[in-house]
Amino acid sequence: MRANQPNFAARVDAALASPTLKTAIDRTTGTAERNRARAVAAWPDFQAARDLGRDIRAHVVNNIDHYLVEFERNALATGAKVHWASTSEDACRIVVEICRAAEAKSVTRSKSMLGEEIGLPHALEAAGITRVETDLAEHIIQLAGDPPSHIVWPALHKTREQVKELFAASHRDPGAMEDVESMVQAARRELRAKFMAADVGISGANFLVADTGAVCTVTNEGNAELTTTPPRVHIVTAGIEKLVPSTTHAMALLRLLVRSATGAELTQYTTFHTGPKQPGDLDGPDEFHIVLVDNGRTNMLADGLAEMLRCIRCGACLNHCVVYRNIGGHAYGGTYPGPMGSVLTPALDGLPAARDLAHACTLNGSCQEVCPVRIPLPTLLRGWRDRSWREGLEPSSVRTALGLWKFVATRPWLYRLATAAAVRGMRLFAKRGWIEAMPLAGGWTRHRGLPAPSGGTFMQQYQAQKRKAR
Amino acid sequence: MTRVALFVTCLVDAMRPQIGFAAISLLEQAGCTVAVPDAQTCCSQPALNAGDADGARTIARQVIAAFEGFDFVVAPSGSCAATIKVHFPEMFEADAKWHARATALAAKTFELLSFLTDVCRWLPHDARLPGSFTYHDSCSGLRELGVMAQPRKLLAQVGGLELRPLDGNTVCCGFGGTFCVKYPAISNAIVEEKARAITATGADLLLGGDLGCLMNMAGKLHRTGSPVRTFHAAEVLAGMADGPAIGESV
Repeated sequence: MRANQPNFAARVDAALASPTLKTAIDRTTGTAERNRARAVAAWPDFQAARDLGRDIRAHVVNNIDHYLVEFERNALATGAKVHWASTSEDACRIVVEICRAAEAKSVTRSKSMLGEEIGLPHALEAAGITRVETDLAEHIIQLAGDPPSHIVWPALHKTREQVKELFAASHRDPGAMEDVESMVQAARRELRAKFMAADVGISGANFLVADTGAVCTVTNEGNAELTTTPPRVHIVTAGIEKLVPSTTHAMALLRLLVRSATGAELTQYTTFHTGPKQPGDLDGPDEFHIVLVDNGRTNMLADGLAEMLRCIRCGACLNHCVVYRNIGGHAYGGTYPGPMGSVLTPALDGLPAARDLAHACTLNGSCQEVCPVRIPLPTLLRGWRDRSWREGLEPSSVRTALGLWKFVATRPWLYRLATAAAVRGMRLFAKRGWIEAMPLAGGWTRHRGLPAPSGGTFMQQYQAQKRKAR
Repeated sequence: MTRVALFVTCLVDAMRPQIGFAAISLLEQAGCTVAVPDAQTCCSQPALNAGDADGARTIARQVIAAFEGFDFVVAPSGSCAATIKVHFPEMFEADAKWHARATALAAKTFELLSFLTDVCRWLPHDARLPGSFTYHDSCSGLRELGVMAQPRKLLAQVGGLELRPLDGNTVCCGFGGTFCVKYPAISNAIVEEKARAITATGADLLLGGDLGCLMNMAGKLHRTGSPVRTFHAAEVLAGMADGPAIGESV
């Protein structure tokens, strides 16, 4: 999506150099982590619920053709129009065409990562359609001109102090903004009239319910409802993997989704949108469009990434990832950051542009431990590493070093000689037990001391002891 | 007598042999006969984690051949033990013959501290070390092998030694094998936070069960001027913590 950005290392350096980013990340993800832990502790059947969540999602992914057809049939019966988009370009074109047919000058949008994935904000801008974000955090990053840095809290990289400055500079009537509440009021004054005046509302979907044709959205601000109810036309853009068989299944997954994301039992607003306004309805859109987007998902299914399609976008893997917690979302360079993003981005943007992501991971397993649908994220990341190796994308320095290491490590006698020599060599650089700098060890010694080898190798010492004992 | 093969691990072999001798001492105290197979080098992790699946399998076959003749294989590292126990069977999923051998080896491979408690049912009886320690739970041992209670149970038997809980004890230290040199800036940010948490415990010692993580944390503690000294838990349990800590000269 953002291939023109500098490389991963440069993005990481920029993130780590920010004086405020770590504070901003820790405030939000730290709270989410604590609240999730409390919610999980208060739910004795949590592990069984995760098994159920995994099974529901795996069943849908393995039978996606069946549920897509069922969903389309039932959505059509509610009066919705269903569109199929195999690529992001198709999806954006369909949305823009619907907006044009409705003669829309402005659209409201409620937060949707799928919308970001397909580049919808840009497509609307290119079509000359004014885009008004109804999610407060999306409003913030729209003003800042930033992409989202977290899939649940898109403006997580901004501190409240920075948001205050942004509002003061861009809002017509920002007011005093002494606290968060008055900042929210400032945004409300800025946006309310725009929400009500929009011609088209565009939302995403948390779940597509196959047996009713309903589209489920969850928010804490009620902004999805503001997006989908006042405008004449409501457009849903959703990835095809968002299907669930029934409302009961959606409820089982909602319990997992919300607790894993924020630790709450339920979001403030959970809405099942079912077709356009019917005779006798007090409100609702005249037209209801659902754009079902593939954008590489069926390829993922065929490519050994079916497990990733179980993802319900709770963000827990981001919140618990030591790498994300330090570099934030933008450094990843794709639409989706963190562990889930590191698995998805190579599939969406191609492995050559994203090969660093799978490697920039300590394989510590925290992401898998918190995933509500038990996606084996470290295993999938290893899968990308294997593929990168097979396709020759790994740097030649790494291949050479590893080749040399393999040559030695497969010959124990040579390995003994090599390690003994290496240990002797390293000890030459040691001062009072520490190596502070040494050729080829800069990656380590730039940031930490390297404890010098404490003596000859274990194998040397062990053999010497055995000889002595004889 | 239980015949245990010690998988020394490449880091212990090169960087801190006394952990290997501590492991032998503990295993013998627990009633095992310990052998150190000559044909061992490394568990294959550098290749496995680099994505070189064929290279990893080549090394793995060497490990399997060298170790499958023993009753148990024990490594003083959760990370290396997990490679054999969890990843070897995965590596040979498409090769029935080697899969069977890998699975058999996996079943008898253990991380040292959990082997002492869970298999040998052994606890130290006359170990003594006055002072306080904090404990970092290394990720592979913790999440792939379930090692958490075992080291604490063993260390609780050491007279005079008091545990100071570490805030974020299950959070990765930023080592991650070659990760720490491939992405040094990220690794540094992670270990800086870890070192602060360790120093904040006020403990005399940092203990753990994986030398890679311990070297990473000790190296950062050293650079930040922290007074905390770092040992492998096996050294303390074997009564070998009276010498220099990791990074201290003899």
